[in-house]
Amino acid sequence: MSDRVRAVGPLREVHGPSAVGGGARRFFDLLWLLSVTEFKRTYFGTVLGYVWSLIRPLMLFGVLLFVFTKVFKIGSELPNYPVLLLLGIVLFTLFSEATQNAVTSVVSQEGVVRKTQFPRLVIPLATVLTSSFNFCLNLIVVFVFILAWGVDPTWTWLLFPFAVLALFVFTCAVSTMLSVLYVRFRDVAIIWVVLSQVLFYATPVLYPIELLEDPRIEQLLMVNPIAVIFEQVRVWILAEPAAPTAAAAAGGALHLLPAVAVYVGVCAFSVWIFNRDAPRIAEDL
Amino acid sequence: MLRALDGISFDVRQGEFFGIVGRNGSGKSTLLKLLASIYRADAGTIRMAGRLAPFIELGVGFNPDLTARENVLLNGVMMGLTPRETRARLDAVVEFAELDEFVELKLKNYSSGMLIRLAFSVMLQADADVLLIDEVLAVGDAAFQQKCADAFHDLKAGGKTIVLVTHEMTTVEEYCDRAMLIDDGSIQHIGDPAAVGRHYLQLNFERGSPEDHEATREGSDEVRLLGAWIEDADGARLTNVEHGTKLRLRVELEAMRDLPGLGVGFSIANADGIAVFDSGITVSRGDGSTELAAGERIAVSAEVENLLNPGRYFVHCGVNRAQGAGVALYVNSATDFVVFGGGPHSGIVSLPHEIEATVESGESR
Repeated sequence: MSDRVRAVGPLREVHGPSAVGGGARRFFDLLWLLSVTEFKRTYFGTVLGYVWSLIRPLMLFGVLLFVFTKVFKIGSELPNYPVLLLLGIVLFTLFSEATQNAVTSVVSQEGVVRKTQFPRLVIPLATVLTSSFNFCLNLIVVFVFILAWGVDPTWTWLLFPFAVLALFVFTCAVSTMLSVLYVRFRDVAIIWVVLSQVLFYATPVLYPIELLEDPRIEQLLMVNPIAVIFEQVRVWILAEPAAPTAAAAAGGALHLLPAVAVYVGVCAFSVWIFNRDAPRIAEDL
Repeated sequence: MLRALDGISFDVRQGEFFGIVGRNGSGKSTLLKLLASIYRADAGTIRMAGRLAPFIELGVGFNPDLTARENVLLNGVMMGLTPRETRARLDAVVEFAELDEFVELKLKNYSSGMLIRLAFSVMLQADADVLLIDEVLAVGDAAFQQKCADAFHDLKAGGKTIVLVTHEMTTVEEYCDRAMLIDDGSIQHIGDPAAVGRHYLQLNFERGSPEDHEATREGSDEVRLLGAWIEDADGARLTNVEHGTKLRLRVELEAMRDLPGLGVGFSIANADGIAVFDSGITVSRGDGSTELAAGERIAVSAEVENLLNPGRYFVHCGVNRAQGAGVALYVNSATDFVVFGGGPHSGIVSLPHEIEATVESGESR
């Protein structure tokens, strides 16, 4: 038999499952394919298709705009409040939708985790990528709205992609961490619903940060990396002279260090815990 | 902590069809998952050459809400192909699966047979060097099974290595070049599939007394099987028995040394290995004593009402020591016979029965 058979290559050690196992090309192919099919599935399966991905944040925007301009009057004092609100909602939707879906992602893909050698990291990242597709569509609407509102484009708009990238990376880190924690602690799902609500209010979406007036609270808020990103987006996109930069809100550039520490810490913890638990996910499920 | 596998060490050569057999919970699936990089081994090394199809079950990762085309694409990439390569093979996949008309159909509308065919077809087309398979050979109808069998032979001829986990001995004997029996997480036997099959059946037979493997070989130092056969009323040996007649089984043994006593049993199994019936008796003399001296011969005759439906049957013989001290001898397929005749019933046996139907007037309704 052996004389007809061509050797398939050298013996390599089988290392068992890992976060990215199976080669980089397969990893990215799977990530892309999974995200795209999930995105298509969500929106081709419904009557209005892609429209839904726009309607959800727009509905929230409409309700909040009404409440905060007609009922609480916070918004009516600020000229660009609707723009700020819409931008904030769309950005935060990326974070909340992706992380919310990521929590159960690994567990709900139990079949592939237990029955195939599947790079585990693909699963939470695919949910983030799917949400990012929605986000990109929403962004078109947001910018149409911003221009229609009469905001003039400035060169600082070019910095906006960096803010989105920072948010994207943070979202990936949180999603990855939650998905693997949920395998062993099912409470994570409930906790995260509450915690992401808290994060929403701890981010200047509904209110402009200067409205707080107490610098200590502003500083506290600026420990939240998402708040820092949002504040910077506001400065870069709207170019309002009244809006404090993230550094100003924190009370000096040095005071942004806690936010940076939280950001890096969450990313590092996420990488560490996923790497540690990835080989055992199939057994823990 | 549970030790699922211990001291498992074996080689599979390229181009080999290697079977892993064991009872439920023996550790065979764990072993397969280790090979597939689904579990990580706590100790030891596994080395493999070439690209592995990292599936241990067919159809994993199929999404019922997606069409066959999308699922094939996804599955192909999971198998390690690029999306482009998978698209190029899509036609071959659906053609082999005989599902050409259903490519755009969502999988939730597929029958289970269609699903398996599709999954099997993707696996074949994925062109991996090493395939791991967990009991999937019996898929589809007879025609598709034949196609699968042919495909397996092609794979082997093409230098592909296949590791098959099953508890179906017939599959192992039909396909495998070599096989390995594992039980309780350790290797019991490795080598010729037929020998592994015998060990496996023995293992199943002695389930009640697994502590003694020595005594279960054919012909132990305690007792030897002289012969087992089916005979007619005049004592002439038979290989064919008509349904509905008397089935006379005779087993002859010889004690190899002085023994306190023996129990002789037999079981009849059909061609699929399913035990249909068993019986046994404690050997005793006319005066009630059970002791046997070396060299003494024992003849056991059984007369069974032959309710078996047509087919081939195997007789396994077992000899137990006195007072439940374990198995002294076990002979797999000591003899076999074919049943013919009988009514048009399916199933293994035709049980004596009465059946009637009545028609009542519908006035009461």
